[in-house]
Amino acid sequence: MGEIVIIFFSAILINNFVLIRFLGICPFLGISQKVETAVGMSLAVIFVMTVASLATWVVQTYVLLPYDLVYLRTIVFILVIAVLVQFVEMVIQKSSPTLYQALGVYLPLITTNCAVLGVTILNLNEAYNLLQALAHGFAAAVGFGLAIVVFAGIRERLELAEIPEALQGFPIALIIAGLLSISFFGFQGLL
Amino acid sequence: MNDIKVLWRGIFDENPTFRLLLGMCPTLAVSIAANQGLGMGLATTAVLVASNILISLLRSVIPDKIRIPCFIVVIATFATMVDLIMAAFVPALHQVLGIFIPLIVVNCIILQRAEAFASKNTVWRSALDGVGMGIGFTIALLMVSAIREILGSGTLFGLHVLGFWQSFEPMRIMVSPPGAFIVLGLLIGLINSLSMRRV
Amino acid sequence: MEINKLTVSSSPHLHSNNTVLRAMLWVLAALTPATLFAVYYYGAYVVVILLSSTAAAVATEALILKLRRKPLRAAVDGSAAVTGLLLALNVPASAPWWLVAIGAGVAISIGKQVFGGIGHNPFNPALAARAILVVSWPERMTRWVGPGLVSAATPLAQYRAGVAVPAHADLFLGLRPGSLGEMSVFLLLLGGALLIYLKIIDWKIPASFIGTVALLTWALPTEGQTAFFAGNPLFHVLSGGLVLGAFFMATDWTTSPLTKRGRVVFGFGAGLITAIIRLYGGLPEGVTFAILIMNACTPLIDRYTLGKSFGSTRGAM
Repeated sequence: MGEIVIIFFSAILINNFVLIRFLGICPFLGISQKVETAVGMSLAVIFVMTVASLATWVVQTYVLLPYDLVYLRTIVFILVIAVLVQFVEMVIQKSSPTLYQALGVYLPLITTNCAVLGVTILNLNEAYNLLQALAHGFAAAVGFGLAIVVFAGIRERLELAEIPEALQGFPIALIIAGLLSISFFGFQGLL
Repeated sequence: MNDIKVLWRGIFDENPTFRLLLGMCPTLAVSIAANQGLGMGLATTAVLVASNILISLLRSVIPDKIRIPCFIVVIATFATMVDLIMAAFVPALHQVLGIFIPLIVVNCIILQRAEAFASKNTVWRSALDGVGMGIGFTIALLMVSAIREILGSGTLFGLHVLGFWQSFEPMRIMVSPPGAFIVLGLLIGLINSLSMRRV
Repeated sequence: MEINKLTVSSSPHLHSNNTVLRAMLWVLAALTPATLFAVYYYGAYVVVILLSSTAAAVATEALILKLRRKPLRAAVDGSAAVTGLLLALNVPASAPWWLVAIGAGVAISIGKQVFGGIGHNPFNPALAARAILVVSWPERMTRWVGPGLVSAATPLAQYRAGVAVPAHADLFLGLRPGSLGEMSVFLLLLGGALLIYLKIIDWKIPASFIGTVALLTWALPTEGQTAFFAGNPLFHVLSGGLVLGAFFMATDWTTSPLTKRGRVVFGFGAGLITAIIRLYGGLPEGVTFAILIMNACTPLIDRYTLGKSFGSTRGAM
């Protein structure tokens, strides 16, 4: 039990996927202009990452390992993720067309979100059991969500600021991310 | 647009990192040292060129509705091959680049080139596009890594280049995550302002 | 000094240099006793640090404003000088002049000007720079010394190591090692009280910040002390950069919430994070990072405490 708690806080604060591990940067920079969309994206990612952790763990344990196919892991995992995202896309389109509209092209891009594939591979590397893998996938996504929502809040406020032209858009976003990353440094060594 | 242009623009006008703003994850993560940046750049270029070629070859065969998953399978195959080759021939580099080698699969650059170019152009031009973009990406990686390595460790490719400056104390933040973000952000900003000046 | 009466409107306000300068001068005045104490305790050497930081801050601001072709009077509105001074007060007495100069330059450029200048920075510039310095040159930023630049341990470090700590009275008066500005709680409180009286800072933030730290350090168990409600809150309140941070850094207008409720939340959050880092984290001091994280959350705090409709009295200032 204690181990799960450690995995949790580690993934959210100490090794935040976006701010420390550099996974999930593209959507982090791309979808963070409005807090509502950031929240919507985070929920979608939490779902995908948790289920993907489950699905890939099952595939690894019952298919890849027994049949000595571990080298196919990358291909198989990414296909599993692609299918999952397709499914989530259909669900969102039915249940909340406005969110679907707002997320736009970034929804199918969850497939190529390094954080999703990243966490599934990390689960393997750390040899987590099913429960740990699930906790890790969920926590990592929560960490992603935390970073992106806070970030969106800051960016919304900066809409009125006179940022130098050369820095508008990605450059200033990266600088903010850097400052946000350094504030999370306070949590290093927490556990 | 002629063939030379296809090759050239991937390096400057449409540099994937600085202009198209793609492939940030690996850029930020592996630019701690120049040799890592170079290794990642070359590995990515290999996958990019190979998948551009194959996707271009298959472009009339792949059904439009499932084209993205098909692209991904192609890219994943080459990424796995590069992963295994690197593990065999350059194990130290493979170790240090870690999870970002399999993550070449989801490098937005490769998928974007497949979607925007390779699926619509001839094999030869797709190959050129891959090479150009790959070189552009590698150059970008080298620039960021050089800055971070020199300021953050005082070395370049592992060699002590600031030996003449005895009292230099490296700025450790350069080799940590916040430094990566800030260096890349400022670099893109600088390039933006230089190109604004030219126009 | 006559202050032009400005139109009353809802925030965010455009600050005119007139009122900014006045406020900044008072902040400098409020910090003076603690600053002089540092000179007294350590020796005239620290004047180098103070001057280096302040000069670098003002120079950087002037340079960048020149490059951006903006009016230079913003450089002398005092805010750069305050940032420079606050940064200097947050470093150990052993800090070399170039360290604070670089820090001040970073504070003004990356911490403030890239966002468009005063009023727009999401993070407290002095603290952002301090955090960058801590990560860049960790040994230098933790080279604590006593008078005469003799190596010494701060009370928080001693506490961590289980070694005896100075008496409360010494902590209060400032007779202990620490960063330049954090030592004399007594003088800092005087300055803070002045600013509260002049309504330049809001008492709610220091109150909830310090209050939360006191409460949590008393209530929570730690490795050395597994019982609940048996902590040493007075020690924690008097040590480290808490008082300096709570009164002078957390209260920065631009980076703290606008609403009453929001400010209490801000102080609480900062106190919570500080307590957790101090009690369980890898660093002895957490105030810098706690405030930075709360700075980042301020836009969200404002969003959720401002209420949806205009004219609503919920969360009104």
